[in-house]
Amino acid sequence: MEMRTVYMDHAATTPLDPRVLQVMLPYLKEEYGNPSALYERGRAAKDALVDSRETVGKLLGAHADEIIFTASGTESDNLAILGAARAHEAKGKHVITSAVEHHAVLGCVEQLAKEGWRTTVLPVDEYGRVKPEDLAAALAEDTTVVSIMLANNEIGTVLPLREYAKVIRDWKKAHNRGPLEAPFLHTDACQAAGALSLDVAKLGVDLLTVNGGKIYGPKGVGVLYVRRGIKLRPIVFGGGQEMRLRSGTENVAGIVGFAKAFELAQADREAEGNRLAALRDMLIGGIQARIPKVVLNGHPAERLPNNVNVSILDVEGEAVLLYLDAVGISAATGSACDSASLDPSHVILAIGRPYEFAHASIRFTLGRSSTEADVAYVLDQLPPIVEKLRAISPVKMQLDGTIVGNASAFVSDGRPHWERNVILNEVKNHSSVGTGPTKNLQDPSLRSG
Amino acid sequence: MSDDIRNERTGERWVYSPTVRDHFFHPRNLLLDEPTEGSFDASGVVGSPACGDVMHVWLKIDKATERVSDMKWKTFGCGSAIAATSMFSVMVSENGGMPLADAVQLRPQDVMKRLGGLPNRKIHCSVLVDKAFRKAANDWFRATGQVERIQVDGARVVDPATGVTDKDIEEAVLEGAVTLEDVQKKLKAGVGASEEVRTEVEQLIRFYKEKYYG
Repeated sequence: MEMRTVYMDHAATTPLDPRVLQVMLPYLKEEYGNPSALYERGRAAKDALVDSRETVGKLLGAHADEIIFTASGTESDNLAILGAARAHEAKGKHVITSAVEHHAVLGCVEQLAKEGWRTTVLPVDEYGRVKPEDLAAALAEDTTVVSIMLANNEIGTVLPLREYAKVIRDWKKAHNRGPLEAPFLHTDACQAAGALSLDVAKLGVDLLTVNGGKIYGPKGVGVLYVRRGIKLRPIVFGGGQEMRLRSGTENVAGIVGFAKAFELAQADREAEGNRLAALRDMLIGGIQARIPKVVLNGHPAERLPNNVNVSILDVEGEAVLLYLDAVGISAATGSACDSASLDPSHVILAIGRPYEFAHASIRFTLGRSSTEADVAYVLDQLPPIVEKLRAISPVKMQLDGTIVGNASAFVSDGRPHWERNVILNEVKNHSSVGTGPTKNLQDPSLRSG
Repeated sequence: MSDDIRNERTGERWVYSPTVRDHFFHPRNLLLDEPTEGSFDASGVVGSPACGDVMHVWLKIDKATERVSDMKWKTFGCGSAIAATSMFSVMVSENGGMPLADAVQLRPQDVMKRLGGLPNRKIHCSVLVDKAFRKAANDWFRATGQVERIQVDGARVVDPATGVTDKDIEEAVLEGAVTLEDVQKKLKAGVGASEEVRTEVEQLIRFYKEKYYG
């Protein structure tokens, strides 16, 4: 019997829309010309490139010449942050970002720190939003780039980007800085591209990243919007394509596919958003009704319509994923066991949850293929899995982050009391919701997967 | 359908052998209820939920032969942690039970071999069951007056007069001890009686205090 499969990891990547594949195919086959070439085949490729750039520009409320095609969202983030920072370093060497950014952004900031830059990583509230006043306090004469995401990839929280833009605008006014002078506001909008309006003027951003693999387009295509007149220093050098900002022969098929995918995603944004939000709420409500001791991570209302992220206490995320996979359900976790670095999700920790909540976090991200039947299937399958793993688990944790000592027949069996669950007690004493990660557990000797 | 993930550089199989999957999906020797008073002879727990793994094991030991007649367990952890604990419980209790003296010698490699391998990155973190088992064995040794057989993982005796290790001090600090006097009280031992040992013990207290509460 064919096993039912339910794909609920659309935040990781989306399948390619067949309509997108259709428009890409000619450029993978007969229209293989290099857009830099003068002959007919080259001109056809160039035309496709020009049209795609115009399409993307329009969807962002931007000019075509403000659109740079890159090879990924990560590359766009790198070009935005490293490019703007380095081009304007005469103004100062300070960058600001948030604690919940994607590693594509955090990695750039860490790199700049290694190169001697001053870096500020702003904390977030319990839902994952930077407070505008924190940003205002962090801005300084030497700040060149502020990078804050539009919507979080793990917990789905939408951040009030316009407020951040206003903070920066006010700061510039007060410091006699023009719109083409630092600090610049960059946003990683990869997760938001299918769900929110990305009108750059309304958002008030100077730089904006989107990519293809999250919007039913091809992987390996990213876009960076760069407001007219803002200077960037390239990070890839060569033939001078993409207005000298991103050398390398253009991925014409990918770019054409991206433009089509972005167009389709934005056209369908509101209807699809409403449909997904209803399914999302059904899934969140169903999990909370059927499984005790669950907390929702991220904002209850200001969140992406397709994102469900819950911490299911006393179970470990990777174990849940493997059991879900065995019944055909694809989901994600913030548990350390599932990451290459064996670090638990920095996002779940940043919103003030203890480590245990990160290990226990499960993310379901819905998409175009998701149906009510899919949600019902997950709601049927998940509770018995959790029940089984909880029966296996010796950990009993409370929603407030405290741990109930597991009553054992041996508690007073002549053993010195310090041998009993000392680490459990230690965690009980030192982590609670709202205080964030405890320092002691960053000790690598205690780290485990 | 692919059951496995491969590291493209090393070719290493990332995820789990059929044996690992079998033990993960069908764990053996699970303890589903809380144990009743006197139903086991020894128990041990290691790990921390914050780190993502906790293992609790319970043993029955044949008093005449000192073989492990039964091992039950509970585990909070990832797939390999659950599978490793399950496999270990089979290894020590099969064929009439392994002599305790042999069972305390088992190492993560032995479990891995029986599991048909584990991803490298998973070994150190998820195979804690041998440590939980040795803690339970210590429990048994203590209960049966065989104090000389107690083994402490990765610990160093800092006070030869009392046999107190750095781990004991760490645990005392975790329990709230902040001075030498506190530690002595917690450990019920006159640790640090001699001048040179006292300096080291006090240093360790400061170190762990800083580490956990600093």
